[in-house]
Amino acid sequence: MKFGILVNEGPYNHQASDTAYQFCKAAIEKGHEIFRVFFYYDGVNNATRLGEPPSDDRNVTKNWAKLAEDHKVDLVVCVAAGLRRGIVEGNLAPGFRISGLGQLIEAGIQTDRLVTFGD
Amino acid sequence: MSTLHTVNKSPFERNNLEACLGHAQPGDAILLIEDGVIAALAGGSLEGKMADAAKTFKLFALGPDLAARGLDPARIVAGIKVVDYGGFVDLTAENKAINAWL
Amino acid sequence: MDEMESGIVKKFMFVNRKPPHGTVYALEVLEMVLISAAFDQDVHLAFLDDGVLQIKKGQTPAGIGVKNFSPTYRALEGYDIEKLYVEAESLAERGLTEDDLLVPVEVISRADMGKLMAEMDVVMTA
Repeated sequence: MKFGILVNEGPYNHQASDTAYQFCKAAIEKGHEIFRVFFYYDGVNNATRLGEPPSDDRNVTKNWAKLAEDHKVDLVVCVAAGLRRGIVEGNLAPGFRISGLGQLIEAGIQTDRLVTFGD
Repeated sequence: MSTLHTVNKSPFERNNLEACLGHAQPGDAILLIEDGVIAALAGGSLEGKMADAAKTFKLFALGPDLAARGLDPARIVAGIKVVDYGGFVDLTAENKAINAWL
Repeated sequence: MDEMESGIVKKFMFVNRKPPHGTVYALEVLEMVLISAAFDQDVHLAFLDDGVLQIKKGQTPAGIGVKNFSPTYRALEGYDIEKLYVEAESLAERGLTEDDLLVPVEVISRADMGKLMAEMDVVMTA
């Protein structure tokens, strides 16, 4: 089955991004496809490459980047929400790309299920 | 085909669960995740409400979220089934749409 | 764009349960709704719980230093987004009536809102 994922919240403040990541990992292990993960609202903050969490904690941004690298998951950051919060090409972590909200609507149309994780 | 509802907030903090229960259709699946798992605890003020809900809906709680909070799966309301992330994925596949009560 | 001509028409619902101004969700949902209009989908907007405040008449956020985006709800019709549903119980709980709303809507019961939600293919909530 083909999944679209919407992440509404940034890393660390909320569990939303962690839950979305665990969901994606489990879905891939079961043979499903993650068509796209779309980061919106404060969710765009997951894509900053400037975060440096303590070494004994998980690195949410790197978790996503590794998932993208290992399984060709399309990680899309909303351009408008990103601009509002200072997430731009210059500080974007590897594995993420910036595009428009149309990518989210397209994910809703093209996938079998769209799952939202938020506050 | 039925809907999967997710509830991620404690019923002691917000009305997400209440809103979900007020709109879900009989036979729908409701999965408690993150702080939402607090609603699953047996012996508290919500036990009667959750036991009633279990008669109308299929209730689930995410095991890793119970464990993270030190909550014993053996001490949750009867009728609530514990699933892992794989079970969460299965629930999304088995239902037509996912309604996240944020 | 190809995706706009996919030929697939799904029932989308944007569920609004949060009031405006205290958080950014109402504004950014609205931006999402406007983009969805380009995809020729069957778009529904639901306002329930504190979400009914999003379309309250007379919003004047100048004093809090925030942009007043509420007139945009009136522009949705121009984008062929005309299926706006408001939950009657949510209005009543807050002492509001349909006359307090700045845009034409269909007021439906909580029970009917639940049934309407059950018909959707994609539900987006913030």
